[in-house]
Amino acid sequence: MSTLKTLNGNQTIAEAVRQVDPDVMAAYPITPSTAIVETIAKFKADGLISGEFVCPESEHSAMSVCIGAASAGGRVMTATASQGLALMWEMLFIAAGLRLPIVAGIANRALSAPINIHGDHSDTMGARDSGWIQIYSENCQEAYDNFIQAFRIAEHLDVRTPVLVGLDGFIISHSMEVIQVEEDEKIKEFVGEYQPVYPLLDTSRKITVGPLDFTDYYFEHKRSQMEGIENAPGVIQQVGKEYGEKFGRPYGFFEEYRMEDAETCIVVMSSAAGTCKDAIDELRNEGKKIGLLKPRIFRPFPDKEIAEALKGLKAVAVLDRSTCPGAFGAPLFTEVRNALYDYDPRPKVVNYVYGLGGRDIMVEHFKEVAEKLDKIAETGKVEEMYGYLNLRE
Amino acid sequence: MKKETWKELTIGTINLEAGNSVQNLTGTWRSGHKPEFIEEHCIQCFFCWLYCPHFAILVEGDEVKGIDYDYCTGCGMCAEECPSKEKSIVMVKEEVKLAEGGTE
Ligand code: SF4
Ligand code: SF4
Repeated sequence: MSTLKTLNGNQTIAEAVRQVDPDVMAAYPITPSTAIVETIAKFKADGLISGEFVCPESEHSAMSVCIGAASAGGRVMTATASQGLALMWEMLFIAAGLRLPIVAGIANRALSAPINIHGDHSDTMGARDSGWIQIYSENCQEAYDNFIQAFRIAEHLDVRTPVLVGLDGFIISHSMEVIQVEEDEKIKEFVGEYQPVYPLLDTSRKITVGPLDFTDYYFEHKRSQMEGIENAPGVIQQVGKEYGEKFGRPYGFFEEYRMEDAETCIVVMSSAAGTCKDAIDELRNEGKKIGLLKPRIFRPFPDKEIAEALKGLKAVAVLDRSTCPGAFGAPLFTEVRNALYDYDPRPKVVNYVYGLGGRDIMVEHFKEVAEKLDKIAETGKVEEMYGYLNLRE
Repeated sequence: MKKETWKELTIGTINLEAGNSVQNLTGTWRSGHKPEFIEEHCIQCFFCWLYCPHFAILVEGDEVKGIDYDYCTGCGMCAEECPSKEKSIVMVKEEVKLAEGGTE
């Protein structure tokens, strides 16, 4: 029997960690993910987890510890946010290049400057080409469910790629929610025993981890790395389905909300999708044919599946909680629009940046977007491809 | 040496033949200078052996005996550090010829 517990996002991640009980947990506390690390430390002090808890002097070192521990053959996790993830940056690429199935919980937060501790996706979007699988959560329940599934996805022999699970800083990390926590035994059974590949602690075999490649091997190794993340979609689907069968909450690449007979659609990830659902309900009551598509998996990007879901629409607005200065639109927008390029007919796609530094996004802002989508659907013309929501102009 | 395709490589850049860097003849990197060992000046302090970044100082028994040109890159550190009254290692000019083996 699962139990209902009142936990905030950080505590749900810590709860999942307690249940999975990885061999090594290495993290440096940073707002708004501090409580993940703090709660794990408490669990350790209370004897509720058996793995090693390491608190190094920085996030760079935390990820380095994770890489060392995972190379040794351990199941490993960490948690961080914002500047912490930024400080891990060079190590993120090494974790992915070495195909180490490290799992990280990221309480998404804005990047400096100016200093801001609130939620946006600048941190993980900055790491989107680091080779990590990226999963985003709408609420505490999803953060818990995603974090548990992350171990299975990362550790699958065809994948062996690190996974990060994003939960919006403060909005999710610090908001209490009643969530279903599954039984410890059932979770342990679901994640299964970890089987490391070529662990350094297996002294019967002498190996080198992270050797130097010249011009003659680097390219081949990078191509071989791609294989892991390219194999991930099938595994993500299989794990999401199995999780559903076991615990009643199935997961896929994205969630579609009231998309049947929709003519327009808002694409938005994470906590904002919750508010967006309320807006969609109100708009539907007004007779508007609008739906929501909430991507859960951002890396690997489910391009075909998203394109198939959107291709028949008239207009789509992609909402990004980060910017990509100088690029042709923000990260989610460029992916979605690119995915639709080969379809004919295809919807008009526009981009709105929202919520930087934790700026609220409310039902009225989604309605503003819906109005603009209506106009585009009606006229077939896009006046403004790229805009901002709830910004003083 | 036949090089693997990307499909033949071990996961995560793992090298299953630990120590196979001996196949990498770094001596092919020398470009115009090489150290020459003058045994009669040598006081067997082993500074050259300690400093050489490529383990290219040949030792037989307890004694420095010369240079392993398969691995010596001609960096000159040994000659620089050699403390004997009269230098026991000096850098001399060397004709550059493209050697076989090593990396591309
Ligand atoms: S020149 Fe450099 S590489 Fe060659 S033996 Fe001396 S120290 Fe070693
Ligand atoms: S540093 Fe000079 S003196 Fe000392 S062992 Fe080497 S060659 Fe001989």
